Amino acid sequence: MKYESQKVAKLYFTAAIGLFVGQILFGLILGAQYVMGDFLFPEIPFNVARMVHTNLLIVWLLFGFMGAAYYLVPEEAETELFAPWLAKLMFWIFLAAGAATILGYLLVPYATLAELTMNDLLPTMGREFLEQPTITKIGIVIVALAFLFNIGMTILKGRKTVVNLVLLMGLTGLAVFFLFSFFNPVNLVMDKYYWWWVVHLWVEGVWELILGAILAFILIKTTGVDREVIEKWLYIIIAMTLITGIVGTGHHYYWIGTPEFWQWWGSIFSAMEPIPFFMMTVYAFNMVNKRRRNHPNKAAVLWALGTAVMAFLGAGVWGFLHTLAPVNYYTHGTQITAAHGHMAFYGAYVMIVLAMISYSMPMMRGREACNSARAQSMEMWSFWLMTISIVFITLFLTGAGILQVYLQRFSDNPMPFMVVQDKIALFYWLREITGFVFLLGLGLYIASFFVGKNEPEATVELAK
Amino acid sequence: MAQAFTKAMARNIFYGGTVFFFLLFLALTFQTHSAWPDRDNRQAINDTVALGKKVWEDNDCIGCHTLLGEGAYFAPELGNVYKRFGSTDAIKAFISSRPKEGIPGRRSMPQFNLSDEELTAIAEFLKYVSGINTANWPPTNQG
Repeated sequence: MKYESQKVAKLYFTAAIGLFVGQILFGLILGAQYVMGDFLFPEIPFNVARMVHTNLLIVWLLFGFMGAAYYLVPEEAETELFAPWLAKLMFWIFLAAGAATILGYLLVPYATLAELTMNDLLPTMGREFLEQPTITKIGIVIVALAFLFNIGMTILKGRKTVVNLVLLMGLTGLAVFFLFSFFNPVNLVMDKYYWWWVVHLWVEGVWELILGAILAFILIKTTGVDREVIEKWLYIIIAMTLITGIVGTGHHYYWIGTPEFWQWWGSIFSAMEPIPFFMMTVYAFNMVNKRRRNHPNKAAVLWALGTAVMAFLGAGVWGFLHTLAPVNYYTHGTQITAAHGHMAFYGAYVMIVLAMISYSMPMMRGREACNSARAQSMEMWSFWLMTISIVFITLFLTGAGILQVYLQRFSDNPMPFMVVQDKIALFYWLREITGFVFLLGLGLYIASFFVGKNEPEATVELAK
Repeated sequence: MAQAFTKAMARNIFYGGTVFFFLLFLALTFQTHSAWPDRDNRQAINDTVALGKKVWEDNDCIGCHTLLGEGAYFAPELGNVYKRFGSTDAIKAFISSRPKEGIPGRRSMPQFNLSDEELTAIAEFLKYVSGINTANWPPTNQG
């Protein structure tokens, strides 16, 4: 850590991990409700638990992205953060707004929350992932603007690097496309069309710029490979991301009242969306193999390689599995989608945030470069537990999805939805059990922050 | 990558590609807008349907159900529920008859205590949705 102001990232990362725990606990509640329909009913109905689960994910990833930006932007720009106080202030505002929103979901019926927050003035609530009250959405925009201002000013006054530039473009895109969440016409088809401009253009567009920039930063730091080489890879990866991903939005426009030509555009372009993820895997392993030094933080390197592989599997392979229109005709809106969603989010975004935390947190907590060998070893155990769990959760949901598609949509005598759900319950049980293994991994991950604190830092020799 | 391929070339592909394909996306969006009047069942939209969409959103129905395949996968698809149930009355009867305390051991829709006006509105909204041209999706009546 070269600049004192980078330390604000610690606040953001701590909150991110805390909210991550909440996300997983609610995930376990949801998984239980899949197999025990009346679990916690009517106190916490499924839809409430689900919005807590998904919103916590989004919020903690945003905390993670902001923390990552506050850490890496000053280091790249070779200057202190423009306004550390603003970063701290926005942290508390964002945390308070997030907590109030989650409590709102849990404490009052959603319709009451809509009424209390005067949703009728500018109705934006009640759409998947955008359930936040309008006032919260406005708060998110304010926090995002203050954040971009802070980051932007830091970049302006310092050294301009490709990593910073790409990160700034990604974060700006994030803020800009979020504005479509305020557009909610009565015409459902139009509503859905532009809803994807937030959701798809986030996760299969600008967020990948953020992912690319953070990964590039970690690789530069841990491998010592020439910045020029890494920046060239970064440009070509994000070029492929946006070239395929923007028109690839069309894979959401097959069956929602949009014209049929989208079946061609969406299929062809989204079939190419795995390419940048594949390139990312090749690049990450290449850079590590060509390393000019052995960084003692083995855990951070493991997360960085892990994110490249798992993003390719989750977003690339599992996305391709159901992206072609003739396949999607049968799989659209089934557990196949859920399977893809879980591995893609974990692989691309959870792991990159954890990689950044793994790289930076030891230094913000007073270490020279990394944690003790014991702490790292525990962290790497948590890596494998969580990663293998998500692989199995994805496989079980894929099994459930294949059966669901067959029984409900493909066989000679299609069965009703609820009948099918009963028949595939075994897979939901397996998923839920695997969820507890994931929680165990997360527990180990948190424990790794508290073990080996008094032991010396791992060195390259010891870590080998 | 070969040395002949420079960072500047990679950068130009990024900027050029992004701008080109975003413009293409906007052109396709424009095309989509002009195709909608024949597909999106807009002629069925009235004040009741608008209220129905508000009821749909205010109760976060999408948190359990899918609508045209989008949403949560915990409860049945509702884009075609009007066709599956056959009438708005059947939809209203189903929603208003949900037991307050649920069904032991099973998934159950909450009792939302909707007024008659709201019940009619949500049913009319679902009827409007069923009239959207979805390129023949879902494959079967079961959703």
